[in-house]
Amino acid sequence: MDILKFITAGSVDDGKSTLIGRLLYDSEAILVDQLEALHASNRKNDDGSIDLAILTDGLKAEREQGITIDVAYKYFETDKRKFIIADAPGHIQYTRNMVTGASNAGLAIILIDARKGVIEQTTRHSFLVSLLQIQQVVVAVNKMDMVDYNEDVFNKIVADYKVLAGKVGLKNITYIPVSALKGDNIVYPSAKISWYTGDSLLTHLENVELEIDDASAHARLPVQWVVRPQTDELHDYRGYAGRVSSGSFKVNDKVTVLPSGFSSTISKIEFYDKELKEALAGKSVTVHLADNIDISRGDIIVNSAGQPQLSNLIEADLCWMDTRPLDTTLTYLVQHNTKTIRCKISEVLYKVNINTLEKDYDEDFKLNDIGRIVIKTAEPLAFDPYQINKANGGAIIIDSRTNVTVGALMLRQAVD
Amino acid sequence: MSKYRLDYLDELEAEAIYILREVAGQFEKPALLFSGGKDSITLVHLALKAFRPGKFPFPLVHIDTGHNFEETITYRDDMIARIGEKLIVGHVQDSIDEGKVIEQKGKNASRNALQTVTLLDTIAKHQFDACIGGARRDEEKARAKERIFSVRDEFGQWDPKRQRPELWNIYNGKIHKGENVRVFPISNWTELDVWNYIRRENIALPTIYFAHQRDCITRNGQLMAASPFLNMDADDKIENKNVRFRTVGDMTCTAAVESYAFEIDDIIDEIASSKISERGARMDDKVSEAAMEERKKGGYF
Repeated sequence: MDILKFITAGSVDDGKSTLIGRLLYDSEAILVDQLEALHASNRKNDDGSIDLAILTDGLKAEREQGITIDVAYKYFETDKRKFIIADAPGHIQYTRNMVTGASNAGLAIILIDARKGVIEQTTRHSFLVSLLQIQQVVVAVNKMDMVDYNEDVFNKIVADYKVLAGKVGLKNITYIPVSALKGDNIVYPSAKISWYTGDSLLTHLENVELEIDDASAHARLPVQWVVRPQTDELHDYRGYAGRVSSGSFKVNDKVTVLPSGFSSTISKIEFYDKELKEALAGKSVTVHLADNIDISRGDIIVNSAGQPQLSNLIEADLCWMDTRPLDTTLTYLVQHNTKTIRCKISEVLYKVNINTLEKDYDEDFKLNDIGRIVIKTAEPLAFDPYQINKANGGAIIIDSRTNVTVGALMLRQAVD
Repeated sequence: MSKYRLDYLDELEAEAIYILREVAGQFEKPALLFSGGKDSITLVHLALKAFRPGKFPFPLVHIDTGHNFEETITYRDDMIARIGEKLIVGHVQDSIDEGKVIEQKGKNASRNALQTVTLLDTIAKHQFDACIGGARRDEEKARAKERIFSVRDEFGQWDPKRQRPELWNIYNGKIHKGENVRVFPISNWTELDVWNYIRRENIALPTIYFAHQRDCITRNGQLMAASPFLNMDADDKIENKNVRFRTVGDMTCTAAVESYAFEIDDIIDEIASSKISERGARMDDKVSEAAMEERKKGGYF
């Protein structure tokens, strides 16, 4: 059994919380004491039924305001798969929260209100899903009960969305008509939508295929920690501990350590009390090299035959996440894998109006702004373009005055 | 690209080990908060996998309310002897003796709330900059929103509105002097995941997790272990029952469930079909709907 992490993009008005509540409720992921609290709550739907949206509203401030501010994580499982939902808010002022939730998602559910169709926020959500390179997309056309389960309404929305998907560059899209409020097509198929022959949302989530890049060409191991017991019997033991972020390493593979550029071969791969022949993407291991070279935290071990780019001047997409605007004269910190070094955003190329997708040449980068920039780093970063290797293409910007994470970077390419 | 996927326990394990190593790499004086419960026992097992054959780059810290189940302390001391790592104990009794906290009175008196002060004092005394804890996001609604690296101010407070964005697997552990970070490597595990992992890895647990006979009284609809620490009166009727505990906390606030689950397989079956969540057996969460959020803001684990 594997784990699928997914994000739901939509606003309260689209019934996003209700959709998640319905998934949890109908898949019997809610326990009795939580259910009691749910039934005891004063919040009810207009028809007196329990308000499933309560299940995802975590913080008191959110309960008061009736909106989802932060990212909340929800867990449920079926016989086929385990699920982690990142429930992020959909309002434009919470773009950074959606970006945060989307960064680890393998699938995105984009909610569209059947009565409203493809609107500005659909564009925004789709752009973000594309920017963060989420592999699989589900377009859930919700509130089908409000349009009498009309097939033409659904088909029109699908046609409109295809145009948008082309513009933002989304692939692997599945369209599902649903009513979260009534429970149609969420967990169980609905007789009211008999014209739809595809899977219900949950059945789709259970069966959708997610791919992992295990090609050795992209083998990357950021070094987190050097294991040196320095005991009498393990005097010369020197193991490089880290998690294979992409690709796979085998014993005897020729590898290069970056940024130094020294080469060696893998002599041993350990995992606690076991020796492995191969370490696949996602595994946390300890690697030994045949040669004694100076390696420390922040270095990255890569397959010599397929090396990443190495540069201290990099073009990247940036999402700004702080209330203080970007200051291009200020020195920030950039954290990429296990390396944290000084940097400057040396140039703002353009911003994107994420509602209309138009470019904006206003240089003022404020909270929730997204655009293309050039970053200059104090030392070269060994990175892959985010579009081909998310694990080695994402980085964060930290304001060294506040220590707060202020930006998300999707690295694109070295600038000559 | 291929359809290769990690099994879910392998994925959760690899993620937790990654997080533990990030703590080692990013902080000067980290500590692992050890309660004697299954979640922190799982953390110790994961730390063995992250750092052996080296030593842990942090000590274990136990906040001792003085109202422990005896079995927990026995387990703790045996485990420390076995793994040969350092243990620091902070005593709630010391905080009471120093007048920093006042023992609660009345029928529902518990030292559970007092241990926050002892914890914060222990952190300050040893100048810990990161404390690893076994909290999980599936436990409770407020925890569902907490980061894996969760920054606390110098008063130990968690501010849910000022959480840092946490993207990909990049954890920002930068803090100012006096602040510290709570780190939750098993955030993404569910209760059942922990149990399945304990079974797979054959991890030993304190005996109170398994069904045994014990004198209990019923309080507010919940079964509590009869003990000298529980203020009892004539109305309290002691009954001997077959029980086990789903969490290990202070004896005055950890409720038992009637159970005949003597083996780990029985427990997993019981939880898989169970209809009450783990924290539902904690009286300290029942006080109000926002109980956990309030305690977390105050520096609770």
